[in-house]
Parts: sequence; structure tokens; C-alpha cells
Amino acid sequence: MKQYETVIGLEVHVELATKTKIFCGCSTAFGGRPNSHTCPVCTGMPGALPVLNRKVLEYAVAVGLAANCQITRYCKFDRKNYFYPDNPQNYQISQLYLPVCRDGFVEIETENGSKRIGIHEIHMEEDAGKLIHDEWEDCTLVDYNRSGVPLIEIVSEPDMRGADEVIAYLEKLRLIIRYLGASDCKLQEGSMRADVNLSVREAGAKEFGTRTEMKNLSSFRSIARAIEAERSRQIDLLESGGTVIQETRRFDEEKGTSYAMRSKEDAQDYRYFPDPDLVPISISEEFLAEIKGRQPELRTEKMKRYKAEYDLPDYDIEIITGSKHMADIFEETVRFGAQPKKVSNWLMGETLRLLREQEADPEDICFSPENLAKLIALTEAKTVNSTVAKEIFEVMFRENVDPERYVEEKGLRTVSDEGALRRTVEEVIQANPKSVEDYRGGKEKALGFLVGQTMKAMKGKADPAGITGLLKELL
Amino acid sequence: MANDISNETIDYVAILARLELTGQEREEARQDMSRMLDYIDKLNELDTSGVEPMSHAFPLQNVFREDEVTEGDGSVETLQNAPEAREDMFVVPRTFD
Amino acid sequence: MEKIELLGLSAVELGAAIRSGRTTAVAATEAVLEQIESRDKSYHCYVTVDGENAVKKAGEIQKRIEAGELTGPLAGVPAALKDNLCTKGLRTTCSSRMLESFVPAFSAQAVLNLEKAGVVVLGKTNMDEFAMGSTTETSYFGVTKNPRNPEHVPGGSSGGSAAAVAAQECFFAVGSDTGGSIRQPASYCGVVGMKPTYGTVSRYGLIAYGSSLDQIGPLTKNVEDCAAVLEVLASYDKKDSTSLKREDTDFTAALTEDVRGMRIGIPQDYFKEGLDGEVKAAVLEAAGVLESKGAIVEEFDLSLVDYAIPAYYTIASAEASSNLERFDGIKYGFRAGGEAGLNGMYRKTRSQGFGPEVKRRIMLGSFVLSSGYYDAYYLKALRVKAMIKEAFDRAFAKYDCILGPVAPTTAPRLGASLSDPLKMYLGDIYTISVNLAGLPGISIPCGADSRGLPIGVQLIGNCYQEKKLFKIAHTYEQSVKGMKILKSAKNADKENLSHSSKNARTAFFLEGGEL
Repeated sequence: MKQYETVIGLEVHVELATKTKIFCGCSTAFGGRPNSHTCPVCTGMPGALPVLNRKVLEYAVAVGLAANCQITRYCKFDRKNYFYPDNPQNYQISQLYLPVCRDGFVEIETENGSKRIGIHEIHMEEDAGKLIHDEWEDCTLVDYNRSGVPLIEIVSEPDMRGADEVIAYLEKLRLIIRYLGASDCKLQEGSMRADVNLSVREAGAKEFGTRTEMKNLSSFRSIARAIEAERSRQIDLLESGGTVIQETRRFDEEKGTSYAMRSKEDAQDYRYFPDPDLVPISISEEFLAEIKGRQPELRTEKMKRYKAEYDLPDYDIEIITGSKHMADIFEETVRFGAQPKKVSNWLMGETLRLLREQEADPEDICFSPENLAKLIALTEAKTVNSTVAKEIFEVMFRENVDPERYVEEKGLRTVSDEGALRRTVEEVIQANPKSVEDYRGGKEKALGFLVGQTMKAMKGKADPAGITGLLKELL
Repeated sequence: MANDISNETIDYVAILARLELTGQEREEARQDMSRMLDYIDKLNELDTSGVEPMSHAFPLQNVFREDEVTEGDGSVETLQNAPEAREDMFVVPRTFD
Repeated sequence: MEKIELLGLSAVELGAAIRSGRTTAVAATEAVLEQIESRDKSYHCYVTVDGENAVKKAGEIQKRIEAGELTGPLAGVPAALKDNLCTKGLRTTCSSRMLESFVPAFSAQAVLNLEKAGVVVLGKTNMDEFAMGSTTETSYFGVTKNPRNPEHVPGGSSGGSAAAVAAQECFFAVGSDTGGSIRQPASYCGVVGMKPTYGTVSRYGLIAYGSSLDQIGPLTKNVEDCAAVLEVLASYDKKDSTSLKREDTDFTAALTEDVRGMRIGIPQDYFKEGLDGEVKAAVLEAAGVLESKGAIVEEFDLSLVDYAIPAYYTIASAEASSNLERFDGIKYGFRAGGEAGLNGMYRKTRSQGFGPEVKRRIMLGSFVLSSGYYDAYYLKALRVKAMIKEAFDRAFAKYDCILGPVAPTTAPRLGASLSDPLKMYLGDIYTISVNLAGLPGISIPCGADSRGLPIGVQLIGNCYQEKKLFKIAHTYEQSVKGMKILKSAKNADKENLSHSSKNARTAFFLEGGEL
């Protein structure tokens, strides 16, 4: 068999984190009763007119700058005309002729070092509504709550050569966009969506092969699987003397294969033209300077600063800054007075463990920095011992409880009453003559058993070091 | 006629515009469009090289709204004219993805 | 006040009469509703009359006038709205089967402005379907007849609005003008009509035809009313991205008689073949009147006149094809029955819901935007538009105003236009370039042809120059007033409306009609 090279370009749609839709004052909140977040504008009522949300432009430019793009200083919106029920006007307001950002790149890490993935353009557009298929009645229901939610579409150059590079590119984009606060980029909820353009060619060939576009990829895993499946499908086709047809395919997560989407009745002739209801955007030096000035610290700078400011191990820095949300929690917790290394330990240890256990993402961390700082303070003051602290942390991780209040409510405070502890230790010594003998006979392990028995009798609310000290003294 | 629009072109445009034409309507449409395009071809008498296409007669630009929620629950108004609705949603013939 | 006397009042006169207590908003509304009741069977100006509600509203407004809360010149004045202006709770059809039972959930900003000024909305007037046409014959609800001669069309697309003013079925009306749709029917019906500078009146709630060309404007009995109504309609609206912030919308302040030294250009290109001899004579006579009042009138070459129509039909059809995509049987309006799947539903709905002229323009518009033709047709037209705008810029460097005909002929006979669409389009030659360049234009009556059909003269101003137009139009109107009263008096016996009216200005323009 010949050697083949896979050529991949991505079209990534990202829902922007604005409060309102791109052209009207409706909320962008996810969910809600069907059509409750709608108005004449986002449902295409006759006579309604769009007005651009300034924040959308700001986010689009911010992402463009972070992705090393040229900002189009004079840009416009165009109408993309096609009939489909999720699109209330039967045209989507998008940008074809003068997209807001062009010619950028992001760097990814690969096995062979770092690599630049070109960004062809970034444009602003409106999202479509949701279609819900009613199998029972054999009809489709339309909800326009998502109609008009602002999107940016990031179109890459065909610079990727395999699933690993695609995932690295998506992770990099996601990280940048989350750092900017421009989107939460959740693939499962659809706030980040990737369409994969893929073709294969014989190794060394100069021309690109015919590409297909794959849609409906809602996790990194399914993207990787879809790429492998499509690569094999195209190679098999070519090997058996067939040709690849340029088409849009839909990936079936359950079956792990893709199928050609029913070709729409018409050719894809979108009849783009400048939207006469919107006026052009002229981006001034001042506007650019303002966005640049507001650009938050991105990861590389943050890593440098953590090293200098907090003196954390490189590994900790790598993990913590890998998520903007986690880095924010780290910094906030430190600001509440916790010692950086202690905060890092909680994040690197218990937090990651619980996230893994729940198959969750660092973005999903819901406890507040203030509560983590309190918990650290409680352990520092030996108000609770480390075992109890871990128990509290688990509850806090799930429900963001206030550890101070929780300790009081559940009576988890370490017993600091010296007399009570001494009495308990004496009782334990009395009740376990065999272990006492063993210890005296030189078996250090027996001491651990006695500590455990004391802790049990104290219902865990004792300082282990204190128990050990007392035991040694009394024995 | 310089612009002899073919039946295929008319059918193609009818698909784009989601219109259904009877045989006679199609022939009329073909003739009308051919005549109109002949007439529009008059524009080719003008040398427009170097002229920027003008979408808006006035150089208005940068019209924005602030990112503030101004609309409440609009579902009743949104659905009040729907030919068919159920469970607060519009009902359409089954779509295929 | 007697009903006949009441109906003869201009909008501003009626407003004054209501404020001074000589009549009431309710009396005026009831009088005009009776007039509609008796006349609209013949003329069919209205698609929907909202009589009961209008009387109720008039009562509320009357109370507010008496309480001193409403003091504007149009408070209590009953008016008609073209049926492409959205009115909350009142069906808005665009004279199309597609929207036969569509009831908007909101009112157009222009309508809100009128309501705020205390105007009583009588109902919705007939029009060409989706404003596409020049005769009001493409309406799904049947033709409107010209009150001056019911065998003729009222013009279009705001034909119902113009006819309603002419037939005294309202005190003023609001229309929309995409390529002449206010000015041409005003001319055909012998009333005043203005298309203001693009962006002066908010388009929010105007059901779009050609978004870059559409403007809302007044149709009135005289120039003073026109200025007063536009003053109310005009507003900066943050819901319309193309809305202009203007400080100079106190249009009634411009109603002075002073044209001395004003330079008026007459484009030679507007008086070439195709222009009816009687229309030409009447328009030039109007220019002569202004010259006699001290204006400097000279001929000039505007150029590019013949290119406006092809450029316009390319641009307007392209925008319309996209604007009308939303009518698909899903969210509102007509939906065709039958099991045909999604695309079948789309096609049947749109084929049955739209009339032939709308379909013709949608097809043309879809074609000029389609792959392979966009540059050759659509972009070319936008370039020509830029050249036309430049030609006007050159003209306005020399002239305060351009004067010419509104339409090549007076109102055609019913049924004479639709058989040849291209010929109908050619009738828009003098009005269309004004929309392409976004300029203000006003049509004012300047006489009648030998059959008694009204003729209008058009004044075109540079953008933002409505006040100049009002000043010139008002001067003209006042100058010919005396002259026409004499003519009018001659026909007094057959013109019961005019001789009973104290308002000669109104009366004159009814002369020659068959009322």
C-alpha cells in the first residue's frame, strides 16, 4: 500500500460569552423554556432590524489579536441566504467579503517540537435556533432561544496532519479563548463546535486531495475517532480505485462511522451580499489600543510570573495555568492569605483527584477561593487534622460549603482539651495490654495501632502528633 | 434576446427562491427575466472601473448597542402568529440533517 | 362643524380646530369613518378599517387634549397607514395573501411617533403587494381606484394612502417610498407626498422591500401638513442601524415664502422623449412660477438618468429576494396545506402566498446574487449607484434644488400597466435615482391634464435639505393658490366638496376630479 498523508483544516465555531445576543437585547442564557429568550429581531419578524452588540466586536478582535491576526480595519456583515427552519430569516448574518480578522496563527506542541497552525480568518456571525425531532408525530419542533447568539468562526489553514495536531490546536484555541474570557468553550454544550475538513494525498504529493467536511463532533474523543475513520475511508476508496467526493458528512458517535448528509435540494449557492440593514465597522487605532490594553495576561506570561512570584515547581505551574479557571482560583486563594504552595497542593492533589473521579474539567471547579483559603487556615491552625480536612474538602468540592461553618455544625474541631485526650490515651493503654507490651518490646508498629485506636475513640477529632507524643510519654 | 435564459436556469433560480412554477409560469418567468436582463445589460455601457460599489448612500459606520439585556420572555408574542405550534415551539414538517 | 366642512380641513387646520374647541377628535373621526363607509366601496383605499378602536382612541386623545397633555399640531387628527407599517394588534398584510392574517406584536417606530403625537389611526391602506408595483394593482385584496377618476389607477405602491387623502377618507396618510412609491401616487392623486432623506424616519417596523432604499414619508393635502407630519415621523431610532441623528427636523419652521436667489436646476435629461406633453408643460409652468418669485431657474445635464432604472431593479430585487425569504410558512402568515415535506411546504407556501410581481422580483433578485452573476449584475449596479450619487453631488454643488416631473404620464387606466412589467418599471425613471442616492424628494400638485387627471411636480434636494424643499414647495403652493381658486370656482357647481370648503388650497386640487 502507498503511504498517505492526511491534510486537515478546521472550522471552529465559538459562542461568545456576551450577556445578550449579537443583534438584539435577548439573553444568551443556556436553556430556558423554548422561545422564552426571543424577540422580533431574533425570530425574523417582519419589520425587525438588527443592531450590532459592541461586545461581540470586542471579543472577536481580542481573539484575533491573541491569535496573531491582522485586524480588518474596515469590515462588514453579509447575508448568507439559505432556507432552513433553524434560521428564522432564512438568511444568516455573517461575514464573507471582509471578515474581522485574517492571517493569524497559533503555536502547538507536537512530537517534533512546536508547530504553527495558520488561521485563515475569523468572522462574526449569528447562531441558529434548535430543531427538536419529534419521532412520534414525525415532525420537527423549532426553538429560537439560541437564534442570534453571537458566534465567531475560526477558519484554520489546512496545516494539520493528524488527530493529535488537531486536538493540540483545539486545546490551544480553547485555552486562549478561555483566558480572554470570550467563551467557556464547552464542546458538550455546543459553545465550541469543530467541523473537520479532511483530505488525503500520497506522501510527497504537492496537490491537495478532494476534501470532505465532517460535522456533529461534540468531544475531543469523537473528533479523534472521526479523523481516523475518515482517513481510513478515503484511503480505502482511493486504494480500491474510487474517488473522494466533496461532501458534508455527519459523524455517528455510536457507530463510529460517518455518512453523507442528505444533499440539500439545492446547490450551495448562498448568494452572499452586504447586509443593507447594518452599517460598516471602521476599527480605529484607539479601539485597537483599548482592546490591546484590556487583553488579560495569557498563559506564557502567567507561567513566568508564577515562577518568580510564587516559586512553585514547574510541574505545578504547568497544571495550574493549563486552566484559566484553576489559575484564577489559585490566585484568589493566595490573595485570601493562603500560602501558595499549600494552595497548589490542594489543587494538584485532591482537586485533580476528584476531577478525574468525576470525569470533569478544571473549568467545572465550583468551590470558591475564599472557602479553600478558610480550609487551609483551619489546617494551619490545627483546628482540624488532615484526614478531617480531606473529608471537608470533598464536601466543599461538591457543594462549596463554608468549611468554618461546616466544622462547627458537624463538630469536627480537633479536641484541644489536654485532659480529655490524656484520659482517652490512658484508657487505650489499659485496653490494649498486648500492643503496649509489643511496643515496649521494640515493635514500633504497635505505636501506630495505639494512635489509631485513640483517634477512633476521639472520633477522628484529634491531632495525631499530639496523640503520639502523649503515648510515648505515658509508655 | 441577448440574454436567453434557459429553462435550467429558471428551475435553478426557482429552487434557490423556493418557488414552484407551473409550465406557463416558468415560460413567462423565462421571458420576463431575459427581457429584464437585456435591459439591465445597459449598465455595461458605463465604465465603472475604479468605482467602489456603494451599499449605503451615506457613510454611516460603527452603530452599536451595548451588551445589556433589554428583552424579557417574548415567547407569547413570538408564537402568536404561528401557523402551527406545540409545547412553545413552532411545528414544521420533518427536517433531515 | 358641518361634516363637509370638517372633511375639507387640512390636518393642521383640523388640529387647530380641535384644540380651539370648534370640533373634537371624536367628531372628526366619526365624520371621516362615515366618509370611508360611503366612499371606500368605490375606491377601496383601505385593506383594514379599525373604526371602533379609532373612535375609542379619539375619545382618549380628546380627553388628553382637554387636559392639556397633548398640544401638538396633529393631536386628534385621524390618519391612515400604509399596510406595510407594523401596527401592534392590528393586522398588517402588505396587501399579500402571505400576511392576510398577520397581527404584529409591535408597532413601527414611525407609528409610535404618530401615536405619541395624538394621531388617531383609522386603518391600513391598500398597496402593491410588498410595495412592488406602481399602480396598487398587484394587491391581493383588489385594486384601488383613483378618486380623481375611478377608471384610472391611483399609482403605487402607496396608492391606497394617496387615494385615501384625495378621497378625504383620512386627513393625512403615511406611505413608504422605495423607488417613487410615495411621490408617484401623490402625483397621480393630486396630493402632496414626500420621501425624506434616507435614515430620517426609522424603518423599524416597516416591512422591508429594498432595505437600502426604503423610506417612510407623509402623503398630505398640502405642503404645511407634509412638513408637520414629517416632523412627527422623523426621529433617531437606536433600533435602526441606518437611522440618522438629525437636529434639523423642525420642518414646519421652513414654511416661509422666500425663494429669491435660490438656484433651481432643471435636468434636461428629464424632459426628453417619453415625457407626456401636458405633463411637461405643467411642470415647466411650475418652474416659471418659482422663477417669477425670484428663483434662478436653469437647465443642466444631470447625466446617467437612463441607468437609474436598471441599477435600481437589480439592487431592489436582490434585497427583496433576501428580505422576503422569511416568509416561509413557519413563524407567521400563510402556510400551504398538503403533505409535501419541508421543501414542498416552502415551495407551495411561497408560490401560493406571493403574487406574480413579487415572484418576478424574487426570481430576478435571486438570479443577480447567484454564483457567477454577483459581480456582473449586483456589484455593477452598486458601482452605478455610486456614480449616480456623484452626479447628484455635482448638481447640488450648483443648485439648491432640482425640479422635474414625478412621472412621465398622468395615471394610466386600470389594467393598462401590468401586462408589460418592463414598461411599468420605466415609469419610475424620475423618482428612482432619488432613492439610490438617499435624497429627499417631494411631489406637489401642479395642475391637471385635459382629462382632468392630476399632474405633480417633483423637487429633489440634497441630503438633509428637506427644509429647502418645503420652503420652495410652500412658496409655489401659495403662489398658485389665488390662481386656482378662480379655476375652482368655475367648477363649483359640480365640485360640491370644493365650494363648501373654506380651504381653497385643498379645494383646488380636487378640481377636475369626479368626486
